[in-house]
Formats: sequence, C-alpha cells, structure tokens
Amino acid sequence: MNLQILWFILVTILFVGFFMLEGFDYGVGMLLPFLGKKDEERRAIINTIGPIWDSNEVWMITAGGAMFASFPQVYATLFSGFYLALVLMLVALILRGVAFEYRQKFADKASRTNWDWAIFIGSALPALLWGVAVANLMRGVAIDENMNYWGGLLPLLNPFSILGGLVFVSLFVMHGANYLALKTEGEIEKRAKDMSFKSWIVATVLTVLFVVWTFFETDILTKSGVNGLIPALLAAVALLTVGYFNKTGKFGWAFVSGSLTVVFATVMVFAGLFPRIMISTLNPAYSLTIENASASAYTLQTMTIVTFILLPFVLAYVGWTYYIFRKRIKTDVKTLVY
Amino acid sequence: MDALVLARWQFSLITIFHFFFVPLTLGMTILVALLETQYVRTGDEKYKSMAKYWGSIFLINFAIGVVTGIVQEFQFGLNWSEYSRFMGDIFGAPLAIEALLAFYLESTFIGIWVFGWDKVSKKVHLTSIWLVAIGSNISALWILIANSFMQHPAGYILDPETGRALMSDFFALVTNPNVGYQFTHVLTSGISMAGFVVMAFSAWHLLRKNEPAFFRTSFQWAAVYALVGSLLVATIGHFQGQFLVKEQPMKMAAAEALWETEQPASFALVAAIDENGKTNPFEIKIPYALSFLSYNNFTGEVKGLHDLQAEAEAEYGAGNYIPPVTLNFWSFRIMVGAGSLMVLLAMLAVFWMKNIESKPWLLKALIPAAALPYLAVTTGWIMAETGRWPWIVYGLQKIEDAVSPNVPAWNIVLSLVLFVGLYAVLGVIAFKLAVKSGTSNSHKHEGAAAD
Repeated sequence: MNLQILWFILVTILFVGFFMLEGFDYGVGMLLPFLGKKDEERRAIINTIGPIWDSNEVWMITAGGAMFASFPQVYATLFSGFYLALVLMLVALILRGVAFEYRQKFADKASRTNWDWAIFIGSALPALLWGVAVANLMRGVAIDENMNYWGGLLPLLNPFSILGGLVFVSLFVMHGANYLALKTEGEIEKRAKDMSFKSWIVATVLTVLFVVWTFFETDILTKSGVNGLIPALLAAVALLTVGYFNKTGKFGWAFVSGSLTVVFATVMVFAGLFPRIMISTLNPAYSLTIENASASAYTLQTMTIVTFILLPFVLAYVGWTYYIFRKRIKTDVKTLVY
Repeated sequence: MDALVLARWQFSLITIFHFFFVPLTLGMTILVALLETQYVRTGDEKYKSMAKYWGSIFLINFAIGVVTGIVQEFQFGLNWSEYSRFMGDIFGAPLAIEALLAFYLESTFIGIWVFGWDKVSKKVHLTSIWLVAIGSNISALWILIANSFMQHPAGYILDPETGRALMSDFFALVTNPNVGYQFTHVLTSGISMAGFVVMAFSAWHLLRKNEPAFFRTSFQWAAVYALVGSLLVATIGHFQGQFLVKEQPMKMAAAEALWETEQPASFALVAAIDENGKTNPFEIKIPYALSFLSYNNFTGEVKGLHDLQAEAEAEYGAGNYIPPVTLNFWSFRIMVGAGSLMVLLAMLAVFWMKNIESKPWLLKALIPAAALPYLAVTTGWIMAETGRWPWIVYGLQKIEDAVSPNVPAWNIVLSLVLFVGLYAVLGVIAFKLAVKSGTSNSHKHEGAAAD
C-alpha cells in the first residue's frame, strides 16, 4: 500500500482511539459535579477513570506526534492556524490533569468543589473545542497558497462548527454516562442510567441536525470516490441502538454501541476528507493532502517499521490495565483509593 | 514587542517551568523503584513506607510534569510552524516514538502503581514502578535525540526543491554523538536532584528528631544517590564541554566570554563583559586552565568570538553570529558553581551519614541546598539553547525564520499571560503540597493505599 495512505489510516486510528477512550472520560469529567452529590460519591466517580485517564490522553499526544512525523505540514498549519483554540484547550487540559491528582490533597469542601469544577471545565472545553475543530476541518478553512491560515479564532466559531462542538459534548456525556453505569454502584449507578437516556435524546437530536447540515454544508458525505456516507449510516444505527439497549437495561451493550458511534463518526470525517487533510476554502489547489503535506518516503518507512513493532505491545498492556481495573467502584470510604 | 520576541519568551518560560519537574521525575522514579525493590527483596515494611512516602512527593511533581508536557508536544506547531515545516520530516519522528514508546508506558503503569497496591501482586507492582522509571527516561532520551539534531544536525539531506531538511539516516539521527552526552547529563542531573530533594526533607525531620530511624535510612540512601548523580553529572559535563568546543565552538567561546583566540587559553573566573564593544573591561583569569578544560592539555588553542564570527560570516554570509555572551558566561558559571557545591555537599553527607545527626550544621545547609540542582538545570538549559543563537537548528535554520508567520503578537500576549499565570499558580500549589507532604510523618502515608 502507498505509505501516505497507510499513515492517513494510522492517524485516523489514533484519533478514533482518542475520541473513543478519552470521549468517555471527558464525559465522566463533565458529569462529576452533577452525578456525585457527596464527597465519597465524587471520589468514586473520579476513581472509575483514575488509573486510565492519563493513558487515554496519551492517544491525543500520540495522534499529535504521529501527525507531526507523517504529515508535518498539517501539524504546522493546524496548530498555528487554530492557535487560540488550541491554547484554550491546553489550559483546560492542564487544569483537568492537576485537578485529578491534587483534589484529594485538600481536605476542605470548598477547595474540593473548586477542583471538581476545574475537572468539569477541563473536560467540557476540550470536548467542545475538538468538535469545533473537526467541524471546521470538514467545512474547510481559508488556507492560502503557502499552507497558512490567517483568519484567527473568530471565523472558526461559526454556527456549523459550534453545533459540531455541541455534538461532541453531548455524545461524550452520553458515552461517559454509559461508562459510569457500568463502573459504579447504588445511587450513582441509578443517576448515571437516568442521565444516559436523557443525554442520548439530546445527542441524537443534535447529531441528526449536524449530519443533515453536513450534507448541505460540506462534501464529506457526497463527494465521489471515498466518502463518509457509509460510516455515517453505521454511526446512525449505532446511536439508535444506544437508546434501545438503554431502555432494555443492557448498559454493557449501550456502552459498546456508544463507542461504535464515536468510532464510525470519526471514520466518517476522515473518509470524507480523504485524500485531503485540511481543505482550503480559497482554492481547492491550496488544500493540504496526503501528497503535498506528508513526510518523505524514508521517514514514513521508518515510522511504519517502528509503529508496527511498538503498537502491539502498547495495545496489549493498555488492554491489560482495563482488565485489572474492570470491577465496579464501591462508594465506600474504606475501600476508595484517595 | 514583535511576535518573534514574544514567541521566544513563551518558549523559554514554559520550557524552563516544565523542566523544573522533569529531572525530579527522572531521578525520583528510579529512587522509589530502588526502595520498592529493597522492600520486595527483604520484605522489610520500612522500605514499603519509604517508597510510598517519597512516592507521594514524586506524584505531586509528576502531575505537573505531565500536564506541562502536553504543551511541549504542541508548541512547535503553535509558535514555530516554519520550524515544523522545515524540520518536520526529522523532528516529528522522535516525538511520535517518544509518545508510543514512553508516554503510554509511564501513563499506564503509573495508574497501576497508584491504584494497584491491593490489586496486583508485589512483583507486578514493583515491575510497574520500574516501567514508569524506564518510560520517563526513554521519554527524555527521545526528546533529547530531537534536541540533539538542533544542536548538531546528523543523518539528513536538504530537499533540493523546498530547501527543507529530510531524514536520510535514522540510525545516524539516533546515534548522534550529542545524544550520549546530553542524555546522560540530563539523567544524572535528575538523579542528583532527587538525592538532594530527599536529603533536604530528611534533614528537616532529623533536625527535629522526628522518626529518626525512618529518615536516617532515607537520608543515607539519598546521600549516596546524590553523590553518584552529582559526580557523574560533573564528569559527563566536562566531556560534553570538550565535545562542544569542537562542535559548537561559538557556544563555548560565549560561555567563556573569550573574545580573542588564545593559545594556551586562560579561564576567566569572573568578568565584566561589554557586548557592544566586544571586549571584557575587567576579568580575573587563570592561565592555562581553559586549554586544560577544553583538551585535557595545557597548550591547546581555543578560538575566540571574533575569529569564530569571521568564520561564520565566510560560511553563512554577513550577519551577527555571536550569541548573548553575558547570559551564557554567567549561566555557565552558575551551573558549574552549583554543581561543584553539590558534589562537595554530597561528599560530606556520605562521609558523615552514619551519624549525620551529630552534624546539625550540615543538615541545616542541606535544606536550602535542594535549590542548587534547580539552579543548575535551569542555567544549563539556558546555555544549551541560547548559546546556539542565532540558530534554531545549528547551521541550517535561524530562529527568526522559524516562527509562525500567521500568529499575531496579541495572540501570543494572550497565551503568554494565560500560561504564565496558570503556571505560577500551579507552581505555588505544587511547592506547598510537596513541602506539606515532605514535612509530614511517615505513618500519615500509611492509612490510604496511595496518598
């Protein structure tokens, strides 16, 4: 296979892994202040993702690094162009990571509540901004002949991309609620199941609106050759079954379906973009593609070898951690790890 | 101020802040892993308590290192997009490998270490902390492989069409001779930093006769660790300096404020430097010393800034190629001074460690001495990075050509204010938490599985 296509697929897989895994822990972070009433409930909620959120976040860092290695021009265009949005996201992620680790060091309720809101903002803002960024990638931005986007933050905050942001937020809330329904007990489990259904309704309405708008606003679903139509349909089916499994009380399956929704939705975006990575609205010839934005054949070959050696180990031990921490977290001060 | 100046300030401030936390992580994981190894080997619960106690400070530090590391991964795209375009073919690969090989390892196994005391066997738990230690240090290795290319390009060709640097030899990139010096210098600086931090807290307790058995043992481990680290960091630094005299003579000449070529070369202990007049109005010099430091003999010629400037102009065209001399001169001296003081203090600590409580003056001195490794690593990096001026990639790309053209100054002002404000608050919180943790009693860390 052509290495540029292979790396487009590998970067897609990294984003799929990132949104699917970090998606539910963003959701857990957003739900924390609402589903946890007492301190030990909030601790239990945090501990459902305690041992894994950091490695979930590494998917994003790896996706960024892999993009730098395989499509350096995209790395340069995207992060300099979306400067303020990325800065805000980084600030939010810093707050979030520190809050997870430092919250228990403060004994008083007020401090802990502040850290909980830091976790909320640190989860909601990146979810929203990733949605905004992805929607802008689907729609295209004003990239000039030197691969630079000069427009700044404001043009990125258009109604279409804000709806995209809200779709991400609502899907991740649903995904997180399904996860909590599996990983908690008693009151929190009940609240999570309730929230799962409510957020499913909101997510479904927003997603339908967004997909319809995508049809008219972009060529993601309609362009000839590879496009996002089939994965979009699969995502829609997966999303509908979340509601079914939710109503029939099968939350394990609801979580699986929610995961598949995120997976197919991400595939839809990348399939719709292919072979472009960043679309220019000024002139299609200015778009960044797998051809004009990629690293050299030598670098791609090297990275392919390295990745195929390392990735199986990574997947094995990351999977193993999920197995170790598979049990539900009891809301009991005696057994909770602080 | 223009965008270039602001971008440089942003890079330097957030990278220096990040590197307050990195070396302690590098050294402390190994120390905690050694303590836990001792626990698993002997079954002595004291070592389990010690692993948890010092592990607690390690975790406070680790958290900030991780979150500030995310910014590092993206800031080349944010502020240095022209650099990313020019260097992406080479620079991206080590970053991606760092993530794949190191970040997954440390992030996954730190989770098992913190949450897994009762969930996995002793041996698996011990393996976890060793994997965190290996992961952290592999991470340092790969980012230094990337940085080494910027110091001393190797294994590349220039694209005849675009003029960009392309990787031509991955093996040459990885085995860049600069990597060996830089990585071992960073690793051992982390080891000495961890030793000094643990000694400082242990000294605080010993002065108060608080749990002497626990903190005496901690102190002894830390003293030996600090001595090994600081001796190695100084020795490697010496050879690294000699490597730089050959490979980056301009950086070393600036660090010595050596304007005229000398043979034999004398070493300026202190100097008043006039960068505009390109001369030192006042200096105290030790004859032959610089020749010895540079070549291990007393007669070697060391090139001065004027001659190096002329050589650079001949090779790269007109322009100023002399880095900020005063900054490099004093950074170098502060680093070496702090490092030498650390060697001395660590020697004394090891010499008297059997009955260290009979030397309260030394214990008192070792508390503020924990600041020395921080001073040394910061000034060391200032020299490593500003001594390369005007180059971002030595001989290939200038700093002024590397900045993102499409990020206006006011955006950088905003991000600079956000990052500096947030980092200042986090720095204060982390410092307070570390002090609180390191001045608490050991049994406080026993109640919970991981504090």
